[in-house]
Amino acid sequence: MKHYLLSVMQPVGEPPEPEVLEGIMHNLEVFHAELKEAGAWVFAGGLHGPETATVLRADKGDVLITDGPYTESKEYLGGICLIKAPDLDAALEWGRKATVATTLPIEVRPFMGEAEG
Amino acid sequence: MTSTAGIEAVFRAEYGRAVAVLVRFLGDIDLAEEAVQDAFATAVRKWPETGIPPSPAGWIITTARNRAVDRLRRESTREARHAEAAQLYAPDAPPEEGPVRDDRLRLIFTCCHPALATRAQVALTLRLLGGLTTPQIARAFLVPEPTMAQRLVRAKAKIRDARIPYRVPRDADLPERVRGVLAVVYLIFNEGYGGREDLCAEAVRLGRVLAELMPDEPEVLGLLALMLLIEARRPARETPDGDLVLLSDQDRRLWDRDLIAEGQSLVRRCLRRNQPGPYQIQAAINAVHSDAPIAAATDWGQILALYDQLMVLAPSPVVALNRAVAVAETEGPRTALALVDALDLDGYHAFHAVRAELLRRTGRPTEAAAAYEAAIALTENPAERAPLERRRTELQGE
Repeated sequence: MKHYLLSVMQPVGEPPEPEVLEGIMHNLEVFHAELKEAGAWVFAGGLHGPETATVLRADKGDVLITDGPYTESKEYLGGICLIKAPDLDAALEWGRKATVATTLPIEVRPFMGEAEG
Repeated sequence: MTSTAGIEAVFRAEYGRAVAVLVRFLGDIDLAEEAVQDAFATAVRKWPETGIPPSPAGWIITTARNRAVDRLRRESTREARHAEAAQLYAPDAPPEEGPVRDDRLRLIFTCCHPALATRAQVALTLRLLGGLTTPQIARAFLVPEPTMAQRLVRAKAKIRDARIPYRVPRDADLPERVRGVLAVVYLIFNEGYGGREDLCAEAVRLGRVLAELMPDEPEVLGLLALMLLIEARRPARETPDGDLVLLSDQDRRLWDRDLIAEGQSLVRRCLRRNQPGPYQIQAAINAVHSDAPIAAATDWGQILALYDQLMVLAPSPVVALNRAVAVAETEGPRTALALVDALDLDGYHAFHAVRAELLRRTGRPTEAAAAYEAAIALTENPAERAPLERRRTELQGE
């Protein structure tokens, strides 16, 4: 098994209407339950918006702290889901379910340094 | 004595097969390629003395496997133990057709995985299954060699790191994934159609491999038939000066009868299946064209019916444009012109060329000349421009 990160790409702006959001949250719960059922679940969670971010930067032996996200962009990381899958096809299958549940684009990436087999 | 040409022919025929087997054996595309290249280098040294062995593919695969195991053992890696264990069960005899067939199929589906960019799919397919070198592929796609090398390295790294599976997709996914594989092969063919004969030949060869591997997929047969029927016209497609000759003006005695016969028999096989798809219909249209000994004898009614079917299965403005050409022949240029004028294809040279022809035939020469001008202005290839310029000149004489 290999670990894959499913990243939820969220657009900057107003969240959807409460009734829409409620449906999405319900679909996400179903998706997470399915991951657990299949033994593919590791961890998942949503993140607060980029305005809540703080960046730390090492600078000549000191550490600078600045308010705000690392980069300004139209999309940001809205949440992550860490899964276990035997190969990319299986990970993409989970990704497909995740994008349907969240209605948002999902980026699928493998973790480094995991042996074959 | 064995000629270099003989060894080259074996290389062309067996490279993809050998790489496919070695990828399964070693689980690593780069190692597999190196091992197969090593084996061919050995063949170049040995075969001139010993002659080509009775089963060149078996010889290459066995030699490559031994080389790879030797190398891994020297480097004493975990893979070496895997490979050695696998070798215990792998007989030295030439590989069975069954597993090899499956290995090549797996490799094609791996190269054409939807998680890879289309241009990486094309490059990998040509590299791993066609045995083309990186400089050859770079030349064919007009990119600098380092760019192509990097594209291949990245694609192979993604296959390894993201663990793109080396397998034929499940039945449920198959139709969708076969489409991707066919699109890659047709892309290679079309790239060659602009003047790279070797790429057309490579695409036809890959089409034959696919048809041998997936004889039950009608669209696979359809694509092969389509490529064969188009390829059959190559001898008539150019004037001695290298200008393109339109289908209606071609000397049909120059067409390759063997390729046409093969293409048409594949189309008939598809018809018997009765599971039409876009490639099969396009092949059928080309089969109708190749039935006509002269352009005037073309069965346009049948071609129109096929385009109607294509518009249902794979509608696009370009298909609508081609359909209008058939309408012009069956219902007259005026009806066709109305259809063409409704299309939004202003940036496409063939749109203006078809319009020009229809305007000429409806007796509107001034507008026809302007449309030819528009078509010529949008055509970058001088060989493609020539027949348009000829038509425009003829118009002034009318």
